[in-house]
Amino acid sequence: MTLYVVKRLLQAIPVFFGTTFIIYFMVFSMPGDPILAMFGDRTPNPAVVEALREQYNLDQPFIVQYFIYIKDFLTGNLGATFSGQSVNEVFARAFPVTLKLVTIAVVAEFILAVGFGLLSGLRKGKFADHASLLLALVLNSIPPFVALFIAQYFIGIKLGWAPVTVGANATWGALLLPGVTIALTIYVVGMRLMRGSVIEAREGDYVRTAYAKGLTSKRVTPVHVARNSLIPVITNTAASFGALIAGTTVTEGIFNIPGIGKVLYDAIIRGEIPTVVSFVTILTVMYIIVNILVDLLYAVLDPRIRYV
Amino acid sequence: MTETIPVTDSHGTVPVADPHQPLVQVRDLEVGFQTQNGIVKAVRGVSFDIYPGETVAIVGESGSGKSTTATALMKLLPGNGDITGGEVLVEGTNIVDHNEKQMASIRGGIIGYVPQDPMSNLNPVWSVGFQVREAIRANGVANGKKEIEARAVEVLQQAGLGDAERRMKQFPHQFSGGMRQRVLIGIGLGADPKLLIADEPTSALDVTVQKVILDHIESLTRDKGTAVLLITHDLGLAAERASKVIVMNQGRIVEAGPSKDLLTNPQHPYTQRLIAAAPSLASRRLESSIAGESQDAKTFDVAQMAEQRAEAVDADAAPVVSVRDLTKVFTIRKGGFRSEPFTAVDKISFDIPKGTTLALVGESGSGKSTAAKMILGLEEPTAGEITVGGTAMTGVSRKDLFNLRSRMQPVFQDPYSSLDPQRSIASSIAEPMRVHKTGDKEARRERVLELLEQVSLPAELFNRYPNELSGGQRQRVAIARALALKPDVVVLDEAVSALDVLVQAQILQLLADLQAELGLTYLFITHDLAVVRVIADNVAVMERGKIVESGSTDQIFESAREPYTQRLLDAIPGAGLEWTV
Repeated sequence: MTLYVVKRLLQAIPVFFGTTFIIYFMVFSMPGDPILAMFGDRTPNPAVVEALREQYNLDQPFIVQYFIYIKDFLTGNLGATFSGQSVNEVFARAFPVTLKLVTIAVVAEFILAVGFGLLSGLRKGKFADHASLLLALVLNSIPPFVALFIAQYFIGIKLGWAPVTVGANATWGALLLPGVTIALTIYVVGMRLMRGSVIEAREGDYVRTAYAKGLTSKRVTPVHVARNSLIPVITNTAASFGALIAGTTVTEGIFNIPGIGKVLYDAIIRGEIPTVVSFVTILTVMYIIVNILVDLLYAVLDPRIRYV
Repeated sequence: MTETIPVTDSHGTVPVADPHQPLVQVRDLEVGFQTQNGIVKAVRGVSFDIYPGETVAIVGESGSGKSTTATALMKLLPGNGDITGGEVLVEGTNIVDHNEKQMASIRGGIIGYVPQDPMSNLNPVWSVGFQVREAIRANGVANGKKEIEARAVEVLQQAGLGDAERRMKQFPHQFSGGMRQRVLIGIGLGADPKLLIADEPTSALDVTVQKVILDHIESLTRDKGTAVLLITHDLGLAAERASKVIVMNQGRIVEAGPSKDLLTNPQHPYTQRLIAAAPSLASRRLESSIAGESQDAKTFDVAQMAEQRAEAVDADAAPVVSVRDLTKVFTIRKGGFRSEPFTAVDKISFDIPKGTTLALVGESGSGKSTAAKMILGLEEPTAGEITVGGTAMTGVSRKDLFNLRSRMQPVFQDPYSSLDPQRSIASSIAEPMRVHKTGDKEARRERVLELLEQVSLPAELFNRYPNELSGGQRQRVAIARALALKPDVVVLDEAVSALDVLVQAQILQLLADLQAELGLTYLFITHDLAVVRVIADNVAVMERGKIVESGSTDQIFESAREPYTQRLLDAIPGAGLEWTV
């Protein structure tokens, strides 16, 4: 087990260098001179430009710059924004907000997927199954930004049950509406996985054996049917975790949530290279870690999987 | 009926139920399945009784309704199945209209169940102990955590799991097939039921394990006075284990009676055919019906035809296949970067004279299939030589190997997965010819028709697809495909193991006919020694990668030297039966 974790972390190293290299290379290849951009319309003194170039190591060859950047990243120095703020600080402020939002979305998605999937699977072909499938299809067909506007308008403005915008002080309660709304638009995949595995498990030999022992469905359904069906759903949910973190831009924009998505979006618009590169790198590292955790979770869920 | 439910502790004796009162009475049972084409009746009016302590066997081919009957007794039919008529009386009470809760009190406690496939009948995500404890708790035979745990260990030990205490925490995938079946027997008998339904409890297991498991069920149920309903496709096995045999065909009982009477004096033609076709009850090598006396192809008798096998095989002819010191070593990963070699096939040598059949027998894991793959050129040997028709197969170029392959063709076990469902029958049979660029389109068409005739399939099947064919017909198609390139050698890897006994007899007959007609040489891979007796001239017995014994079929069957071979022979169901045809 320990060996497996070590192995997976070692595997993450080339992934880390690969992605950061690609990101850095792409930013490096972008047209325009960052030093000149700092001066806006004014024409700077060539000596000052040279000094700045040296200060930011821009006079060095590309590969040297890349390793300087990696060294800084690994020592925890993410650089500074144009306004002089440390990127570390900006990230530390934005990240908890996005984490809260995504956690709400993921938990809600999981509950919806398992609940409706189990209902549909157990009542296959009956009214409840058709209704649940139709509902999921309708919700899935609405683009997330439309769903978010609808939720914001009806629940936030018309009914006044939830804050319309989140603003600087992002509490769990304030993030509930956007989080659940995202979940509603994406739970269909997990729900269909759950439904499929429940249908398969119900006809499974071990389920028949469980009934033959003299157990009632009250015990067989959760212990033998649902338990075995969870594995693909959890995989799907965990995989969406990374995608959600990266994809919060639209949600955070609509609900004015000061999370990673919004900061990243603003940074791209303003061309703040240090912020963009550092954020994307951190997200990459997080994505790798989440995936390792998901793989380890498999062993808990399915004892047949052993890490060697 | 309530007063007949005994309250037994696990150590006490089981009160003897009234042996004159049937435990289970089945009256005109009908079971239907809801399908797209309406209701299909799987069981059509079946009646029988099971008395306390007796062993009853239901015998039939797949689709005969034998398993459906058994599951109907517990109301464990699949979702689309339902009891559509008749009565099932368990201790005098009709259970047909019982609800789930009432059924739960019968299942486990009164009727125990041992399923067919030990691989799929244990939940892979729960420990073995969990699944046994669950069965005990559900039936209230023990209370409290400690008592349940103790009872679970006891049940598993009784089922033959020596170190049960230690293995309780393990998961099903850490058990072999035989061990899992012991766990399932433990679960089935965990609550001391009065009747144990064993649905083909050993057909997924190795022959020697089969015997041990059946012996175990027999001694356990005898000690406890448990009645057994044994479902099997093997008449020999049924006759050996049960006092009463019920023969089913197409949802009906065709014949029933004491096993000895039924076997020695079968009344119904279907039973007579079953007995004649059962390889476990035959005694000699199967002879081609063409070479022998005029035989009605429909009423062949394996035993009778075997007598006619001519001693025409020329033993001095140069062998078609010659294998010398063939070895295969696999590398098994042991975690991390470590690995260790595993010798699957260890220096085996044999010759197969032209026109004869060599049977390579052994249990699963003995290396027989790996040997077959190397001979077919599908697996690279680690060492050793294979010569086919005088041409060496090892160390040749890819192109030469390609040409050599046309001289050896395989037929595999599962007729359902060895034909491409997207290809027509003709296309499947013609494929080897297309690959080897033999003949033009018209010539290939002619050849396919010729092959269909050779394997006794109607020419109308030319444009049909595999899903329209039965298992036996598919296996004929697979044989036709193997013969398409006029090979010298056909490698039959468990080619009849998945077939029903009557179909199996027909395919074995076809193979014998084709051998006589075309002078084919067979390498017959199987775990079933009963089949070996009727098809093979020579036998090589493999154990853990080595050939431990070889000789003519008669030699092996009459005077096996090795204890391993003897064990395999003893494991043939019905081997211990004394009876006269």
